[in-house]
Amino acid sequence: MAHFLFFLLAIVCIGAVVAMIFSKNQAYNALFIILLFVCLAGLFGLLNAPFIAVIQIIVYAGGIMVLFLFVIMMIDLQEGIPPERKRWTIGLSFLIAGVLIIELLFALKGFLFPAQAATAGSPGSPTDLGRLLFTKYLYPFEITSVLIIVALVGAMILVKKKDSD
Amino acid sequence: MVPTSYFIILSAILFVLGAFAFFVKRDLITQFLCIEVMLSAANLAFIAFAKSASSLDGQIIVIFIITVAAAEAAVGLAIILLVYRQKKTIKSEDMNLMKG
Repeated sequence: MAHFLFFLLAIVCIGAVVAMIFSKNQAYNALFIILLFVCLAGLFGLLNAPFIAVIQIIVYAGGIMVLFLFVIMMIDLQEGIPPERKRWTIGLSFLIAGVLIIELLFALKGFLFPAQAATAGSPGSPTDLGRLLFTKYLYPFEITSVLIIVALVGAMILVKKKDSD
Repeated sequence: MVPTSYFIILSAILFVLGAFAFFVKRDLITQFLCIEVMLSAANLAFIAFAKSASSLDGQIIVIFIITVAAAEAAVGLAIILLVYRQKKTIKSEDMNLMKG
């Protein structure tokens, strides 16, 4: 099972990057990279790092890529999808909805018939990570917070329009 | 259990593909995406080694890498937006102000 999941996710990862190399549309490129990040989160889950997997999806796929898509929309160098090509998206959305309902049923099955105990003590749990982050890695943690403030203030000052414009 | 070497090989392949795409692509946004791909490949290697060494330090480093990537994306996209406002293009071969 683990081997099957690994090879499935690995093939999708490599396929997403290769598709990005061949694609000309920047918005499609960003969507391919979101696919890559989600598959990488699955691989992190295989490697006993569930917290990193969640962080990967929330910060990378949710935060950074939305920032990329906003900038791509603001730059707007190419025309959008012509309407006649949007037919296949209906089938795709049905497929994704079906996969999602099956997945939710699986999750509910685990909730209704609790088979295993909670994995709070497993390696890679948020408890252990947080303890390590605030003891051994306290100085890098604080320096990173300063870095984020500098980066965000710098970004806002960079893109601010001048008053004379 | 999947051996660690598989993950390392996948990480190397992703890193090389990202570097290749960085040199092949011609617009700044896609090149920036390629940098993110390379960072993620490094993350995968860190987590694979953290598991094989059964230590949490690799996962902590990945948290720092993701944070730095977020800061880098904010500043880099701001710079790309500025370049687009000034030159009305984001093709990287048009960035020849310094005659490089």
